[in-house]
Amino acid sequence: MSPKTLYDKIWDAHVAHEAEDGTCLLYIDRHLVHEVTSPQAFEGLRMAGRAVRAPEKTIAVPDHNVPTTTDRANPATMTEESRIQVEALDKNAKEFGIHYYPVSDVRQGIVHIVGPEQGWTLPGMTVVCGDSHTATHGAFGALAHGIGTSEVEHVLATQTLIQKKSKNMKVEITGKLKPGVTAKDITLAVIGETGTAGGTGYVIEYCGEAIRDLSMEGRMTVCNMAIEGGARAGLIAPDEKTFAYCKGRPHAPKGAEWEAAEAYWQTLFTDEGAEFDKTVTLKGEDIQPVVTWGTSPEDVLPITGVVPAPESFEGGKVEAARRSIEYMGLEAGQKLTDIEIDTVFIGSCTNGRIEDLRAAAEILKGKKIKDGMRAMVVPGSGLVRAQAEEEGLADVFKDAGFEWRMAGCSMCLAMNPDQLSEGERCAATSNRNFEGRQGFKGRTHLVSPGMAAAAALTGKLTDVRELM
Amino acid sequence: MEKFEKLTGIAAPMPLVNIDTDMIIPKVFLKSIQRTGFGKNLFDEMRFNRDGTEIEDFVLNKPQYRSAEILIAGDNFGCGSSREHAPWAIADFGIKCIVSTSFADIFFNNSFKNGILPIVMPQDVVDVLMQDAEKGENARMTVDLEAQTITTSDGESFEFDVDPFKKHCLLNGLDDIGLTMEKVESIDAFEQSASSARPWV
Repeated sequence: MSPKTLYDKIWDAHVAHEAEDGTCLLYIDRHLVHEVTSPQAFEGLRMAGRAVRAPEKTIAVPDHNVPTTTDRANPATMTEESRIQVEALDKNAKEFGIHYYPVSDVRQGIVHIVGPEQGWTLPGMTVVCGDSHTATHGAFGALAHGIGTSEVEHVLATQTLIQKKSKNMKVEITGKLKPGVTAKDITLAVIGETGTAGGTGYVIEYCGEAIRDLSMEGRMTVCNMAIEGGARAGLIAPDEKTFAYCKGRPHAPKGAEWEAAEAYWQTLFTDEGAEFDKTVTLKGEDIQPVVTWGTSPEDVLPITGVVPAPESFEGGKVEAARRSIEYMGLEAGQKLTDIEIDTVFIGSCTNGRIEDLRAAAEILKGKKIKDGMRAMVVPGSGLVRAQAEEEGLADVFKDAGFEWRMAGCSMCLAMNPDQLSEGERCAATSNRNFEGRQGFKGRTHLVSPGMAAAAALTGKLTDVRELM
Repeated sequence: MEKFEKLTGIAAPMPLVNIDTDMIIPKVFLKSIQRTGFGKNLFDEMRFNRDGTEIEDFVLNKPQYRSAEILIAGDNFGCGSSREHAPWAIADFGIKCIVSTSFADIFFNNSFKNGILPIVMPQDVVDVLMQDAEKGENARMTVDLEAQTITTSDGESFEFDVDPFKKHCLLNGLDDIGLTMEKVESIDAFEQSASSARPWV
């Protein structure tokens, strides 16, 4: 048998049908659903008189629209349109008999945080969701990617997806990370290297010592942004850390079934000699704390850098960089550490897990944020929030001057009331710095949680290493 | 789904690279529970001022491109979120074909589900098409899916690749779910063998 990559193995284990031209029906083990990209899919089922084929493998949670203020049980905290979407999910979950975590449930949170937390996401699975950051679940060695609403409907009806196999790409991060450098810096540095279209047509497997050394939370951060590099999915082979994370979770297997599962998961790695179509290698020790200066996640530089000149790029990127710099209100040559910040956002499916909150709290401990700074922490789930309260992190944030919010996507995409106003500049731990992403004409600099905390203290983009 | 066979229409040039789904349809318009009506908000923040007036120099506001049916776009078109509202808005506006050097994966798939043909061409061909599109409304291009060709207003013709299954669905306006349902026995069989091999799933 020829050697296989991890992606090859998971793919092969899920092909339910293959046509002569290579078009496959890929069986889906877990389908995660949220309120924004699903209403039209459920409506489609209803109109065609179709049922959900595997409701027991379908999990829904509202996250994009939900307010994150503590008074959110009051319906008046939501716009009517948002309320209609959340109510539609309530109704669809009930009518089609799928697992559901309503806003009132302490387990509610961002779908990509809830899935792993509840043990729905396990190694070797196929996981899809009508959300591009489904790539997050790849941290478990699960093949996970975002789909459109038509595909959501297709999976609901058939539990399969029409797919052709992607190519294999290996991203290796060798050696150790330096202090102050995190999973977020790895994933941004990789995108800086490959560009936002560099992964198009590929599934990435992240490997190397620096990846192995990451916690499950860190690995989720890395895989989460595989999509920002254009890849369909990101994968990390499961290991003891993965098994330890999964064990005992509500929907993880138990007893003899756990033993069988773990034995199978042990086979999920890329075989010696398996071929990748493309390989990218970065040295862990070369990666520095990074920040984005523009309006594409590929616009990334070490915090010690300066805003680049548009002319330093080639082709269509020259005009894009000129447009970005103008939009961001910056000047070529400006030091990144001279950029003043109005708002700090810590949260999202990229960096809304307990480890992220610990990293930010470590920088903030006993300190106050800069006068006039608006700073908020939005835990990724109600359980992350509860744990952070138990560990005393919530008090650190509140004492420093941060708002301590309820769980949701919040200001990552600003579909709820948490938005930037025109011209406002934010250091955000989220994943996209697109024009208008966090609010009309809002300006976003993507950073790690520690860097976000540092910016909140100084009022400028700051090298976190100076505060450690 | 609407069929796509052959199209002759105005092509609008959008050379900007990395046009993302937030540009195509900003999130404030994602709150609908319908599939229709997004065209009026296509490229909203690039197309309109805050007071609702049009931004004159945006390509689709120029008189010669207001009824464009083809977009010639910069690299990595449709990057960002999985929102199908992006192709819904594009289709609702009346655009049926997009040509670029590359497309984001999810957007590319979503387009086919909505009767839109995304065509990947090498840079030198996109450059020729971009120049042709810049001529304005008298420059009509022809996209022939059956023949897999795109022809400029000057009659210069380029062949393109398209996945045979996706081509078949687009030419015939076929519904994916209906096609998959025909293979339900394969899915049943897979489910049975998988549940004994991996009972914990």
